[in-house]
Amino acid sequence: MSISKHFFLILGGIVMLLPFLWMLSTSLQQGGLSNYVEAWTKVPFGRYFLNTMLVTLLTVAGVLVTASLAAYSFATMKYRGRNTLFLLFLSTMMVPQPVYLAPSYVILAKLGWINTYMALIIPWTTNVFSIFLLRQHFKTIPKSLYEAAILDGCGRLKYLWKVVLPLSKPVIVTVILFNIIGSWNSFMWPLVVTHSEKLRVLQVGLSYFNQEQSSNFELLMAASTFSTLPLVILFLFVQKRIVASYTRSGIKD
Amino acid sequence: MKIKTKLAPYFYILPALLIVLVFRTLPILSSFTASFTDYDIGGFHGFVGFANYARMLSDARFWQSVLNTVFFVLGVVPAGLLIPLFLAMLLRRKLAGKSFYRTIYFLPVVTSAVAISVVWTWLYNPEAGPINQIITAFGGEPLLWLREPRGVFEMMLSPLGIHPKGLLAGPSLALVSLMIVSVWKSTGYNTVLFLAGLENIDETYYEAARLDGAGAWGTFRHVTWPLLSPTTYYVLIMSTIVSFKTFALVYVMTPPPGGGPLGTTNVMVFYLFQKAFDRFDIGYASAISVFLFLILLSLTIVQRRIAGSKVHYS
Repeated sequence: MSISKHFFLILGGIVMLLPFLWMLSTSLQQGGLSNYVEAWTKVPFGRYFLNTMLVTLLTVAGVLVTASLAAYSFATMKYRGRNTLFLLFLSTMMVPQPVYLAPSYVILAKLGWINTYMALIIPWTTNVFSIFLLRQHFKTIPKSLYEAAILDGCGRLKYLWKVVLPLSKPVIVTVILFNIIGSWNSFMWPLVVTHSEKLRVLQVGLSYFNQEQSSNFELLMAASTFSTLPLVILFLFVQKRIVASYTRSGIKD
Repeated sequence: MKIKTKLAPYFYILPALLIVLVFRTLPILSSFTASFTDYDIGGFHGFVGFANYARMLSDARFWQSVLNTVFFVLGVVPAGLLIPLFLAMLLRRKLAGKSFYRTIYFLPVVTSAVAISVVWTWLYNPEAGPINQIITAFGGEPLLWLREPRGVFEMMLSPLGIHPKGLLAGPSLALVSLMIVSVWKSTGYNTVLFLAGLENIDETYYEAARLDGAGAWGTFRHVTWPLLSPTTYYVLIMSTIVSFKTFALVYVMTPPPGGGPLGTTNVMVFYLFQKAFDRFDIGYASAISVFLFLILLSLTIVQRRIAGSKVHYS
């Protein structure tokens, strides 16, 4: 029983791994490691990497600030319009991004943000799903803690910073991982809102590289390898966390 | 002081609210209004009623994109359900190497769709790609894969002298090649979801089944399948939505212009993307977006109805 199980599981594993192994072996054919150097220097991949890292860093930081503040108010404060606002937030999760991509472009154009870092970063400095996750967790923190803290003269903001956030580390890690993966892999949005090479992010750069070098497979595989490497390494390090986060949330892409 | 405390909650919400309003709610509402306007590269030319929707009805390329999307969803969703369910059934309970398998299966999930598409374009390459090399090594006929516009049923049946036409020819091999990549990419994710679902089923149900003398199939049929239904339902909805949204795979593996050989990989999101950003036909693209949204919404409602009667929550 156990042997037949492993037979199918190994078969599945081979199917999952083979494309990666082919990618690696093709990237080392002919020129060997020099393929990597050539791919890296043929187009400014260094620049694309820096752009992607900058965008990822700033969006994740933005999400952490805006989402914890919003989630904190949704979870712990009573005020007029709270439920309506929460529903307004949630309703935007119902509509897939491609549906409102064209009007988003028009809005960015009106703001004069097309082809700027603003367009790559600002719209993604909050994330409704992260707000939802944080709110669910903040609600589980006992109210008595808050009352005790207030008696000690602790303000609301200080309470969030000193008590709520430290008690929410696993959820915050989930939020960070999700937004890193989402930001690093995002493609359609940067493809649409930027044109110049200076602002190009990794995924868009790789896609153009694929069109320009369509028959240069060694270079393409080398570029694919170094583009996927950072996330694969991150994944191998915090594998359990990432898998758990995906399971908890059920959002992908 | 009192006013300050009353207003305080709104300050906490304000940053998130501003972004949600300007970059989610506003464009969502705009895509509905824009679908009733003539809006192109020259700007806004006034309201046109249902003209954009009427244009959809007579646009053959649009209907091709709908058909391709339906093919894509009908292919990807069942395969993306059954393969992960099978793998999760194998992986449940204590098993040597469980987390090793899980890591490998999950690798394609975290890898970017663009990189994966670049790699698979090479694997499918008709002249030098590894897949055709394996096929020819075993004495088979090499295939055109992403460049093959013929329907897969047509290809399978034509050696027997049967030549199905139109719908019956099935999705092109190019589109099926994309489906394979899509299933490959999402298998790990769905497996992990099923695994979590299976681990939630209380062991006592299995003990009861064992006492009743149920066999492996009987246990699956009467215990696992019904108790797993919330997960199954969730995977079903999620993969349907994700399949409808497919863009990066199509865009990178069968790049514009065209949407694959003879337009056979031109799916809805790819088509509306082309209308919006190659032609800057915002009005028409918005009408297609609204159509796409309504399909997704009604599918979710229908699935929820069915789930209401069929899903067992233990």
